[in-house]
Amino acid sequence: MDLRFTQEEIAFREEVRAFFRDNVPEATRQKLLDGEMVTKEEYVAWTRILDARGWGAPHWPVEYGGTGWGPMKQYIFLEELQRYPAPQPLAFGVNMVGPVIYTFGNAAQKARFLPRILNLDDWWCQGFSEPGAGSDLASLKTRAVRDGDHYVVNGQKTWTTLAQYADWIFCLVRTDPEAKKQEGISFLLIDMKTPGIEVRPIVTMDGGREINEVFLTDVRVPVENRVGEENRGWDYAKFLLGNERTNIARVGMSKQRIARIRELAAREMSGGRPLIEDPRFREKIAAVEVELKALEMTQLRVVAADARRGNTGRPDPASSYLKIKGSEIQQATTHLLMEVMGPYAMPYQPEADDFSNEPPIGPGYGSHAAPSYFNNRKVSIYGGSNEIQKNIIAKAVLGL
Amino acid sequence: MDFDLTEEQSILKDSIERLLADNYGFEQRKKYMASPEGWSAEMWRSYAEMGLMALPFAEADGGIGGGPVETMIVMEALGCALALEPYLPTVVLGGGFLRLGGSAAQKAEFIPGIVGGSRKLAFAQAERHSRYDLHHVETTARRDGSAYVLSGAKGVVLHGDSADTLVVTARTAGGTRDEGGIGVFLVDANAAGVSRQGYVMQDGLRAAEILLDGVRVGTDAVLGDPEGGLSLVRRVVDQAIAALAAEAVGVMSAMHALTLDYIKVRKQFGVPIGAFQVLQHKAVDIYVALEQARSITLYATMMADSDDAAERQRAMHAAKVEIGRGGRLAGENAIQLHGGVGMTMEYAIGHYFKRMTMIDLTFGDHDHHLRALGEAGSLFAA
Repeated sequence: MDLRFTQEEIAFREEVRAFFRDNVPEATRQKLLDGEMVTKEEYVAWTRILDARGWGAPHWPVEYGGTGWGPMKQYIFLEELQRYPAPQPLAFGVNMVGPVIYTFGNAAQKARFLPRILNLDDWWCQGFSEPGAGSDLASLKTRAVRDGDHYVVNGQKTWTTLAQYADWIFCLVRTDPEAKKQEGISFLLIDMKTPGIEVRPIVTMDGGREINEVFLTDVRVPVENRVGEENRGWDYAKFLLGNERTNIARVGMSKQRIARIRELAAREMSGGRPLIEDPRFREKIAAVEVELKALEMTQLRVVAADARRGNTGRPDPASSYLKIKGSEIQQATTHLLMEVMGPYAMPYQPEADDFSNEPPIGPGYGSHAAPSYFNNRKVSIYGGSNEIQKNIIAKAVLGL
Repeated sequence: MDFDLTEEQSILKDSIERLLADNYGFEQRKKYMASPEGWSAEMWRSYAEMGLMALPFAEADGGIGGGPVETMIVMEALGCALALEPYLPTVVLGGGFLRLGGSAAQKAEFIPGIVGGSRKLAFAQAERHSRYDLHHVETTARRDGSAYVLSGAKGVVLHGDSADTLVVTARTAGGTRDEGGIGVFLVDANAAGVSRQGYVMQDGLRAAEILLDGVRVGTDAVLGDPEGGLSLVRRVVDQAIAALAAEAVGVMSAMHALTLDYIKVRKQFGVPIGAFQVLQHKAVDIYVALEQARSITLYATMMADSDDAAERQRAMHAAKVEIGRGGRLAGENAIQLHGGVGMTMEYAIGHYFKRMTMIDLTFGDHDHHLRALGEAGSLFAA
């Protein structure tokens, strides 16, 4: 048993750090530090820098453009990325649809889509949830009816993150309405430019425009854009949702936010002295750090086990635990960050993103603290709510 | 980064788990508790025969040369069995003082008895008003020629009643709360001037109130620097905290298992109560708390013999905070899920809950360590 990183891993960490220092555009980094949304152009520009270095999707198999790094190097890479901070490779592409395509897709699909995911030539979004299918995802109703070489798709998807930027959407659609609900679903790749697709924004309570409704009306999708077998889509979706366990806890991101909390709490005053000197506030930070340290150890246990036996690619119930605890910590840190700002968390100034020549009310770095807290309520809801994750653990781990 | 046990460590784990599975059922434990010592002399001999007492000592001192990981394995198993024997005070604390602060002569005098199972130690540190502060020492050690004369009162000394040798903190200089001027002394528990009042604690373990009334010891009884003993005390207590955390993981894993067994079997409304989602989620909360405790214990274990005192202490603060928080959450939920039967003396779960609760009150509770960690700064390097 040994907690230390190897010399090779330490050198690798230095290499990664140096790369971020030299290559992440400073404006992009500053936005992430302040909790602002990065624009599509900034996202694409950064992804292309990563892809040019060969690091567009480190965990992918080498034959599809991955790095061949073991689980520990992948973990180090992501931790450093989050701590710097730099934008993470777009999850919908590299973590979700990419692995589904290289695992279940055919040769033509792999050749067509994978390189464009790596370089963010195609921005992907996720068409899973529907108004009547949230936690009970398998009850989805969007229909795909075969018509010659096409499916004709009708229905509605919702909570579609960044669909306004998307070139493609991967969708779960019902192809056999007679079958048991999990057995009549297929996995389609749909070009967002196809006639019949309409994207309507949903404004979140923080004022952000991140999510959308996607309406599909007689959308014709070539059969060649179905991944895998017809009516097996639920298996691919489960693979997609349970595949992720190196990064689901977002330990690096929470570390970065805690460092930011400490930094800003040294600038904000309370009782005539910096807030960071308040013992009560220090205890609150310490309590979150303890949870995060334990979670980091858990994450490393999972990574080390993967490194030893090889990532089986099978869903692991550890993902559920990492997601529950990781999301709770992310939420706790965003709340602390808002507390740091105190009264200057209150002014609502969404224009702070767009009109930099207007001086902000209060210190500029505080304007996103409250919206970020509000927005982060999502992390215990999306990707399978924390209650669903508890159901998974109860069944898969506890045998209840 | 490697979380696997070596082959020897796996064998150790299997052996002690088998020994305890065969000899430490809940009914057997009740018998041990009812014996005059309040624990099992026979089990104590078995631990010695298995080499558990020898584990942490260097081979040159008659030990096996194990480290914090070996101690973790033993303590987790003892926690899972809710063992009553004085392993922590004798081997981890007493042994720790000898390993880290003992002279060659002191090691030669005391370690063989510990290894053989004939000598038991206890750490007489806490006092009526010290609460959890290791530097709060009113007991005095007055120099008198070539001797020290110890006077004062020590309280809640874990297994102080059965100990042959006491490790006593006493003030050689300075005021009650000064960090300097603290000496650590090896004192014969039956020496003239030592009186002990033994008793049972909430969790069934034994302890003692100890009065030191002009107890004379030679200068050869001093462990290390007679005025600079606090850093030794902190090192040893840090290792004991890592060991306690491992015991807590054992306790929590047993609570987790007992609770799962119970809710799978207990029926109400015609179904096992584990079929109810609200109870399932509480069971998951216990599971998550257990895994978090296991993780922080691994961290504390691997920091336990670090020479960087600040980093080591932050790790121990974190461990005590996490097992204090998670242990209480797990224990309270475990009782709740057992319902009325969880309230009874004759059922095991309450005894685990009580031990878990006492662990939090040992060497600083959750709040004490949270405050200390808050003062000490971040767990994460910049």
